[in-house]
Amino acid sequence: MRGSPTIGGREGSAPSRRVGLAGLAAEPRIAPRPPWGRLILAGSAVAAAALAAIPLVYLVVRVAGAESGAVADALLRARTAELAINTVGLVLAVAAGCLVLGVGTAWLLARTDLQARRLWIVLAALPLAIPSYVAAFGWVSLTPLRGFWGAFVVLTLCNAPMVTLPTLAALRQADLAQEDVARTLGRSRSRAFLEATWPQVRPAALAGVLLTALYVLSDFGAVALMRFEAFTWAIHAAYTSSFDPTLAAVMAVVLAVMGVALVAAERTMRGRQARFGSMVAARPASAPVRLGRWRMPALAALLAVAGVSLGVPLGSLLRYLGRGSGEGIAVAPLDVAADALTTVGLALAGALVALLLALPIGILAARWPSRLAAGAESASYVGLALPGIVVGLSLVYFSLQAVPALYQSVWILAFAYGVLFLPKAVGAVRASIERVEPGLEDVARTLGEGVAGTWARVTARIAWPGIGAGVLLVALTAMKELPATLLLRPTSTDTLATSLWRLTDISAYAAAAPYALVLTVVAAVPALLLTRDAVTGSTRAEGLQ
Amino acid sequence: MSELQVRKVVAAYDSTPVLHGVSFTVASGTLAAVLGPSGSGKSTLLRVIAGLHRPLEGAIVSDGRVLSGPRVDVAPQHRRIGLVPQDAALFPHLDVRANVAFGLPRQERGGARADEMLALVGLSELADRMPGELSGGQRHRVALARALAPQPDMVLLDEPFSALDASLRGEVRAQVRQVLRRTRTTALLVTHDQDEALSMADQVVVLADGRLEQDGSPADLYERPRSAWLARFVGGAVTLRGTWRAGTVECALGTVPAELGIGQTASDGTTVEIVVRPEHLVLGDVAEAASRPAPGGRVRAMVRHVQYFGHDAVVWLDLPGLEEPVQARVLAGTRVWPDTEVSVGLQRPALAFAVPDSARG
Repeated sequence: MRGSPTIGGREGSAPSRRVGLAGLAAEPRIAPRPPWGRLILAGSAVAAAALAAIPLVYLVVRVAGAESGAVADALLRARTAELAINTVGLVLAVAAGCLVLGVGTAWLLARTDLQARRLWIVLAALPLAIPSYVAAFGWVSLTPLRGFWGAFVVLTLCNAPMVTLPTLAALRQADLAQEDVARTLGRSRSRAFLEATWPQVRPAALAGVLLTALYVLSDFGAVALMRFEAFTWAIHAAYTSSFDPTLAAVMAVVLAVMGVALVAAERTMRGRQARFGSMVAARPASAPVRLGRWRMPALAALLAVAGVSLGVPLGSLLRYLGRGSGEGIAVAPLDVAADALTTVGLALAGALVALLLALPIGILAARWPSRLAAGAESASYVGLALPGIVVGLSLVYFSLQAVPALYQSVWILAFAYGVLFLPKAVGAVRASIERVEPGLEDVARTLGEGVAGTWARVTARIAWPGIGAGVLLVALTAMKELPATLLLRPTSTDTLATSLWRLTDISAYAAAAPYALVLTVVAAVPALLLTRDAVTGSTRAEGLQ
Repeated sequence: MSELQVRKVVAAYDSTPVLHGVSFTVASGTLAAVLGPSGSGKSTLLRVIAGLHRPLEGAIVSDGRVLSGPRVDVAPQHRRIGLVPQDAALFPHLDVRANVAFGLPRQERGGARADEMLALVGLSELADRMPGELSGGQRHRVALARALAPQPDMVLLDEPFSALDASLRGEVRAQVRQVLRRTRTTALLVTHDQDEALSMADQVVVLADGRLEQDGSPADLYERPRSAWLARFVGGAVTLRGTWRAGTVECALGTVPAELGIGQTASDGTTVEIVVRPEHLVLGDVAEAASRPAPGGRVRAMVRHVQYFGHDAVVWLDLPGLEEPVQARVLAGTRVWPDTEVSVGLQRPALAFAVPDSARG
């Protein structure tokens, strides 16, 4: 169903030259019915987008409303510059590391005659199953690595799959005949790859790199455990120790600006990638590159990367789980179970909030694309652009000022989860609704079903499994959330993530290990889904955070 | 079943006009085809009739009941008009029986009606299959059964056979035609395929650019097209320029007998466009033609190329004074070889159309 036609300017073109049936010569125009359903939907989408934008808007209002002197002081002091350099440096270093590691791995897996390719793909994707702070726990508990290099190693190893998987998918779709043509025109193998194949793969790889950069920017757990002074950690410190609201808010705005810029860049890159994909036709796979004497070094490199990225965290888990509690802090299985229950409940509530906000936006975007729908969808990306610590901080201030009853309640925490994971939920709703052909709805209408009945019997029935899976994915992701949870949770409440963080922070590694184990299991589910896609060849870069 | 009237329907998408006042009537129990090139507005017309798109002006009347009109806009679910879409659009989450029963009142969905309809389209044994497990032809028959199950006043078929491969198409067409006849359903078929329209329909409505070009029986349309464009659009046609002289036209075929098309006028000496069906050209031996002059004049032509189809053949002829070759369709057994000379005559009077001033050059 398209928009109701506008009538302006059509008077002249309706031909009355054919004299029609008697009695209908001077027919009045047919008055359009007001589309109430769509108006309500659009209204709900605007409301949902406004709710999702609260953290960003409130933060900006807060900083704009503060004394200009205080803002300038916070912004211009040397410490802010130092933090900015730390964060930007880490983001750049990890992005570069992931690019090299990801593209290299993807090339080996897609283009060479490596044996046991599926096994290597699974191993390359599995680091996604380890939350960065669990990996950091592993490195901190087993090695003396700390500071910048510690954060660099942990974040690079955890995020490399974000580049490997989309690059692998793009390499499989790439038109390799172009590389063959380049070889026949006198290019060496590596030049041919750079000039013919790399341009086809670049958008996918760079979109992955930008997503990685975004995660590094938002990461709190790993940098905090590594004691590396990045923005996120400093915001947390400013909030907890001095409770200097203006300083924390100003730093949060700086971080938010960087996040928004990265998301905008990532969206642009993704659009470019889509254009590329449609251009390239499917071709039979050409012969893989023979590794020859490079086989052993290649295998050794893959094994080493898998070894450190999976082996260190899992090794520390095994070591501390087997040993029991040696530091005097006893963790009863019941404590872990209680925290797990809290975590599941909070995550489900958050997923529900995300779903409620996502439904009007996703349906509108799928069925009635318009500037309004696009605007609502963009507003939902706030959750992707804002680091969890920023959303948490903003909602702390917001609840204190606007609705004190909500401060440190489970409701505001569930709302924070809803905002943070809204992009995933919108994506799931939109894709599921788009998969229902509009023709099916037309047929249902002609068979006597009304608008509401058609949704209930056709659209919702077909879209439901996809939306449900998306909501489950949101819940699983929310279960790992750390920084916003730290700021917003009710005082006596702990989730798996906050307990792990608290215990690791005081070096109670053995006590922390069970939490790390449960969290790894939780994170493994979406990672395995993504891995399955990578093995079978389809791709879905957006998945984990 | 009932009569459908489409009265001066004007419709637009956003602000792009699509239909400019289309009127026709489909008699009760008959099958009408709306034929037009893509972009002619035929799908919009179908959506307007179904109530899925609101017209700006005009009326849709089914058996005296106004469905769309001044201050009237009956919702699609209350129109009693069934739809068989191009891709069948079976509900993927329901099995075949539940698909067919979709439009029945809740208490009848478990009843025998769905099975009756499946028997009617000859698919009883597939009632428990899911749509994904059906072939293309089976899907269309299920879609037809689904549309007919609630006993609608009429059904709309939106290019229902274009997605099928050619070998299957004829068979499914015949089955659908048979079911519609047996249930005496008023039906409107939208298609861009002339063969489909001519072979299936009782009435053909030709639409071009949102305007009705002609409304008549298939034979009317083929034998008495209202314009040279229509003649070319429906079936093969050789069009030539010539000079009109009281019932004859001087052209590349010689001086041939001709009739003016419906509503056409021409005075002696004016340029006209004539249309000749390829099967109306007669080829003959050059020597024989010289001794026995035939009606409709005889000219000589070179055979450029012969396309042999078994039951007949298409011969491409170079006529003196023409750059492009013309086609003649001859029965199998006619002996013609490329690069030989044949005589060309005309079996029936050609149809002549006045050439619009702007095109005269």
